Amino acid sequence: MNVLNEANNTIEEQQQQWEENTLQPTLKKLPESQKEFTTTSLKPIERLYTPRDLADTKFEDIGFPGQPPYTRGIHPTGYRAKVWTMRQFAGFGSAFDTNQRFKYLLEHGQTGLSTAFDLPTLMGYDSDHPMSEGEVGKCGVAIASRQDMEVLFDGIPLDQVTTSMTINCPASMIFAFFLAAAERRGIAWQTIGGTLQNDILKEYIAQKEWIYPPRPSMRLVTDTFKFCAEQMPKWNSISISGYHIREAGSTAAQELAFTLRDGIEYVEYGIRAGLDVDDFAPRLSFFFNAHNDFFEEIAKYRAARRIWHRVMTERFGAKNPRSWQMRFHAQTAGVSLTVQQPINNISRVAIQALAAVLGGAQSLHCDGYDEALALPTERAALIALRTQQIIAAETGVTNTVDPLGGSYFVEKLTNELEEEAWEYFRKIDALGGMVEAIDAGFPQKEIHESAYQYQRAVERGEKTIVGVNDYLMEGNELGEPNILQIDETVERLQSERLQKLRAERDNAAAQRAIDALQRGAEDASVNTMPLLIDCARADCTLGEMCDALRPIFGEYQEPSF
Amino acid sequence: MAEPKIRVLLAKPGLDGHDRGVKVIARALRDAGMEVIYTGLRQTPEMIVNAAVQEDVQIVGLSILSGAHMTIFPRVAELMKERGLDDVLLFGGGIIPDDDIPKLKEKGVSEVFLPGASTEDIIQFIQANVKARE
Repeated sequence: MNVLNEANNTIEEQQQQWEENTLQPTLKKLPESQKEFTTTSLKPIERLYTPRDLADTKFEDIGFPGQPPYTRGIHPTGYRAKVWTMRQFAGFGSAFDTNQRFKYLLEHGQTGLSTAFDLPTLMGYDSDHPMSEGEVGKCGVAIASRQDMEVLFDGIPLDQVTTSMTINCPASMIFAFFLAAAERRGIAWQTIGGTLQNDILKEYIAQKEWIYPPRPSMRLVTDTFKFCAEQMPKWNSISISGYHIREAGSTAAQELAFTLRDGIEYVEYGIRAGLDVDDFAPRLSFFFNAHNDFFEEIAKYRAARRIWHRVMTERFGAKNPRSWQMRFHAQTAGVSLTVQQPINNISRVAIQALAAVLGGAQSLHCDGYDEALALPTERAALIALRTQQIIAAETGVTNTVDPLGGSYFVEKLTNELEEEAWEYFRKIDALGGMVEAIDAGFPQKEIHESAYQYQRAVERGEKTIVGVNDYLMEGNELGEPNILQIDETVERLQSERLQKLRAERDNAAAQRAIDALQRGAEDASVNTMPLLIDCARADCTLGEMCDALRPIFGEYQEPSF
Repeated sequence: MAEPKIRVLLAKPGLDGHDRGVKVIARALRDAGMEVIYTGLRQTPEMIVNAAVQEDVQIVGLSILSGAHMTIFPRVAELMKERGLDDVLLFGGGIIPDDDIPKLKEKGVSEVFLPGASTEDIIQFIQANVKARE
């Protein structure tokens, strides 16, 4: 049923009259400032949207919140019962340093934790590996053993605060440290809530942190799906991430399309690994960017929910409504932060975060204003958390569910972004799936092209960035932020801790655990997760566990595109 | 006879995988008529300097966003000196605090570009500072 059809003819007539009598005389007196208006993604936007733009939209496509197709949100009361989880991404230096930051954020009203690891950890190297030199504790916290993980979460009630870990190629190993650490504290795994990012596909596409090639890496992912389906009912086994795809330069439509197509790939691999879709789909979660273009971002989140519902019901025949409901975390766009006049970033972050909230995010991170310069200081992290609290408490946007639902513009943008995503799905399906598309460099090339076109638009002055290509200032009259410095002693102390661990543990037991892991990895029917937990219990290090699988799984070499 | 193209090596040292910037710059330098060799990710300083020697480049550009620049940039500069690449210009870019820039320049990095730098600035810098080949 089309609610708008009856009125459309008269609206068309009225619009023609408006154009003749009102618009044209104004355009003559005051021409518009640009020939074409576009979003941050360079998508053209019309002067005005009217009911005619929704002539083909059924009311059912918009629907009610908490009901399929979930365009208006997965919860019938929106944020009226409970606002989103305020989950600031944090991590630097040693496990001790980051544990202090976690406690500081919780003391100031943060409601969930999110862990940023350093690059050696993200790449599966021990802190004392030659490749780790200069990188330990720099862009996150260094974690190389179960002991480090115990220090990281010391004193934090893991059965009460949900914990997110941004880790991908060595996700299973870090998860094993986490589970072994919880076990030693006597916390039952089934009581723990949280999220493992565990999204390897977007690594090949965008973030570029990998160890093994895509296919064996997908086996590690499906092993975690199986393990969580059996043992961790409150844990999100994956956070399927568009954030990094967008940061790498994609458009909003590409972020939406590649992320959801990655989601489809994970579901297909899970089913192929012998799982029933409803055994693991309810614990799939998503992670999107919150970029500058306000309405395009809101439309992106709304489209994502509607597409996922259709994918899960039509493509996969999922029966459990929880499998149909897309839950997502959002983070403001790091790439949009400027080094120039950095205090301005507070405003950017606030507006981006507002878009995520109007789009119905379940969980949110706001960037620190100093993050184009370094990891955030305590002050910058606190302002970012306060930004979320201001949106929740002061703006009134939480009073009603999906406040922009029914906006001609937002509904039309939602429809268009959805259509662009389906078009990409068709292309990727034709290539044989996302793993094959990655082999062919398809999403990588699409993203690079968009990044280049955006840079050209900025340099031609078609896109303005305040403080960068317009409104410039000499020096920094808005104030120079203090920068978080990571002490070089972190690397030395962390290496010493690891060497002590290797000297004091039962080395024969550690070797037996590694041998068992290797035997299990060779047999595709064996789940690697319990074997990795045994390695963590035996105090094997991250590097040892990752290295053990290299001869079996191989190592990924990025083709040049 | 056409002037020979300026030969540039762009490299991603360290563990950092952020390659949006370096790839945009590679394409912009090519569009400006330069010969660009991009090393790909996770190059050690030794690998980068070897590539610079083998490819006989006039410029080496390093991109790093992980915070490891104070360890890695000076090492590349040092190795370049050891290998006699005195006439090769070294520049860098990435997330680099202001206070580190003079220290890097002291150690042989001729220019540091921060986020927001335009590809045009980088092209002009190269054209103005490249040492001509006989």
